Amino acid sequence: MSTKTHAEINFELSCPAPLAAKDTILLGHGSGGKLSAELIRDIFLPAFQNPVLARLDDQAIVNVNGQRLAISTDSFVVKPLFFPGGDIGSLAVHGTVNDLAMGGATPLFLSAGFIIEEGFAMEQLRRVVTSLQRAAAEAGVHVVTGDTKVVEKGKGDGLFISTTGIGVVPEGVDLSADRARPGDKVLLSGSIGDHGIAILAQREGLEFETQIQSDSAALHTLVAAMLGVTSTVTPEIRCMRDPTRGGVSSTLNEIAERSQVGIELVERSLPIHEQVRGACELLGLDPLYVANEGKLIAIVAPEAADAVLQAMRCHPLGAEAQIIGTVKKENAGLVTMRTPFGTTRIVDMLAGDQLPRIC
Amino acid sequence: MKYLDEYRDHRIARALAAEIVQRTTRPWVLMEICGGQTHTIMRYGIDELLPRGIELVHGPGCPVCVTPLETVDKAIALALRPDVILVSYGDMLRVPGSGSDLFRAKAQGADVRIAYSPTEAVKIARANPNRKVVFLAIGFETTAPANAMAAWQARREGLTNFCMLVSHVLVPPAIRALMVSQTNRVQGFIAPGHVCTVVGCKEYENLVRDFRIPIVVGGFEPVDILEAVLMLVRQLEAGEARLENQYVRSVSYEGNLPAQQIMAEVFEVADQKWRGIGPIPQSGLRLRGEYAAFDADRVFDLGEMTVDEPAECISAQVLQGLKKPTDCPAFGMRCTPENPLGAPMVSSEGACAAYYRYRRHKVAS
Amino acid sequence: MRAGRVQFGGIVRQVSLDFVPEAVLGDYVMVHVGFAISRVDADEAERTYKLLEEMGVLEAELPPAEP
Repeated sequence: MSTKTHAEINFELSCPAPLAAKDTILLGHGSGGKLSAELIRDIFLPAFQNPVLARLDDQAIVNVNGQRLAISTDSFVVKPLFFPGGDIGSLAVHGTVNDLAMGGATPLFLSAGFIIEEGFAMEQLRRVVTSLQRAAAEAGVHVVTGDTKVVEKGKGDGLFISTTGIGVVPEGVDLSADRARPGDKVLLSGSIGDHGIAILAQREGLEFETQIQSDSAALHTLVAAMLGVTSTVTPEIRCMRDPTRGGVSSTLNEIAERSQVGIELVERSLPIHEQVRGACELLGLDPLYVANEGKLIAIVAPEAADAVLQAMRCHPLGAEAQIIGTVKKENAGLVTMRTPFGTTRIVDMLAGDQLPRIC
Repeated sequence: MKYLDEYRDHRIARALAAEIVQRTTRPWVLMEICGGQTHTIMRYGIDELLPRGIELVHGPGCPVCVTPLETVDKAIALALRPDVILVSYGDMLRVPGSGSDLFRAKAQGADVRIAYSPTEAVKIARANPNRKVVFLAIGFETTAPANAMAAWQARREGLTNFCMLVSHVLVPPAIRALMVSQTNRVQGFIAPGHVCTVVGCKEYENLVRDFRIPIVVGGFEPVDILEAVLMLVRQLEAGEARLENQYVRSVSYEGNLPAQQIMAEVFEVADQKWRGIGPIPQSGLRLRGEYAAFDADRVFDLGEMTVDEPAECISAQVLQGLKKPTDCPAFGMRCTPENPLGAPMVSSEGACAAYYRYRRHKVAS
Repeated sequence: MRAGRVQFGGIVRQVSLDFVPEAVLGDYVMVHVGFAISRVDADEAERTYKLLEEMGVLEAELPPAEP
């Protein structure tokens, strides 16, 4: 080390000017976090102003001649197309069926639109379509209409699928993100992070002792089982959401915002599979932000929480269900978490994509 | 997971916290330097467990945050060239330069790729002989050996399409600069455990000697940090100033010799500018002359860029521990992780970002 | 170039062992950006951990704080 005496360092303040308002779409606008929410708020909502859309639930519930119908649409751009536990075809069914189910609807019909890149292998398309059909059959829904477009090579990244679903909402069911109240319990149907890590593992070539499977699944029968135990008092379940892109954190932040309540989680109660935890540690990711495709969160009145939890645990897709938190009056609009040390921290909304930390 | 879970044991954590409370008879200001340690403190709420008399301030330990603006601008400029593949660690992608960031560059069509390891960057160069691969090699001493290996490998294989944009910072000169400053309040340091795993403890002994200040080399799990704080408090209460090693499962006095060897072979010490602080002499690393062919600065003839910006943020005072992020009038309002005004808000481990992410409810209520 | 397969909570990854030439099968290592930077001295770790554990045991005998 140099032995000269150190002159006092002149601490210069050097800060970047804030970046101008966003003028192009970034990948982050699709990751289900703050940027996505901004995009919807700034571009889409003002254009399509109507009360149904304004609720910003996973599905739209409309009234047609006295019958309540749920409609939802979703697009699937997952890479790789095939992964442990599923593929873009089965995902395309599960994603939309689940969005309908989160409104309490019984899913009935799907449309499926395919945008295929020139040069895509016919055999791969067959595989995807077979998988899609199988998933639809298992879920008891029919693909009744569709569309196919082919784009030039280089303009399509293989295959994109878009599905729209219609379902029927039973009498007395009223699930919405603005209905959470202080005292309500937060229920989670099972382990988090499986899907996102399964995809990442495939992409990054991570090797696991036992392969991590995506949890992609249709949740409507689980939802029905849960609605079943609350009898005619279904308002006891305030809201259901499936934590897909952006993870449990984004979903709960949305609910906290829409209902203007605080949500306090208990870290110790979060179900996370050991391998997913390990993968997240290794990659510097937080499981609360990792996507799930076969899980749901339910906000339930305290007096019905145990009964609903039991109903979940009796269903194959809810065997690992847990009560993970409580809705509070304090810190409205924020999600906080009690650590095993008894201290509290915020579970912040993701801005864009979660970036892996190295340090 | 062994050697991880045990150091998150909440009973041990509470026991350590209780001991610290018992031992503390006077107020003390302690600084931890590593971004990973800041992250742990915020995430587990370690500061909430400490007695009010102990103030934990967060030093400039986030290499992402202190990467000079010029380097980010250079990376963006290179990334936008059609013949270049820019490879970087993930957390650099959102760091704002003067007008853009690597994420935006990617959106404009730049080929920007994330690597978890520098060897991936070399792999990309091998697989793309017709493109120039530029690896944004940042970090403290912890990352330097790995980055050095990439350069060494590339040179050994005679790769002609691989180079590195280097911005390495060294911790001890930064500590010196802080200690010498007239406004310094820090009375004890938690030295970064993984930096010392690589370079050993000798430099820190020099600091202890020169400034008569206790330094404890600490790990990254909550129990590690609490134990390190306890060790510092014990010394401070007894009027001692020694170097101690809390992170014995990873750190030895000499450090990692093969790692130091490759660092010395590939890098040499140089003056370095720290974003949010300014230039600190002999506080960085650059590639040696023999590696000129792998030095992006020389290969692309980027020249000297100086960027001046208006100062609104108080990052210099935050980085010195003079102010808390929450003392800043811009915190959480004009300055957020999405629109950072300064270095400590930029990376997820910068002090301001950590406070914003994990603690702003305290400000609100 | 010495590389090894390192297990991390159920995941196995290829990691460079260039900086820990003394590491053998069964050892625990600290990994940073794909490189092992130190080998855990199991005995030393055991010894220091035992002290911590004792503290924790004593602490656990007190009424617990809420979760």
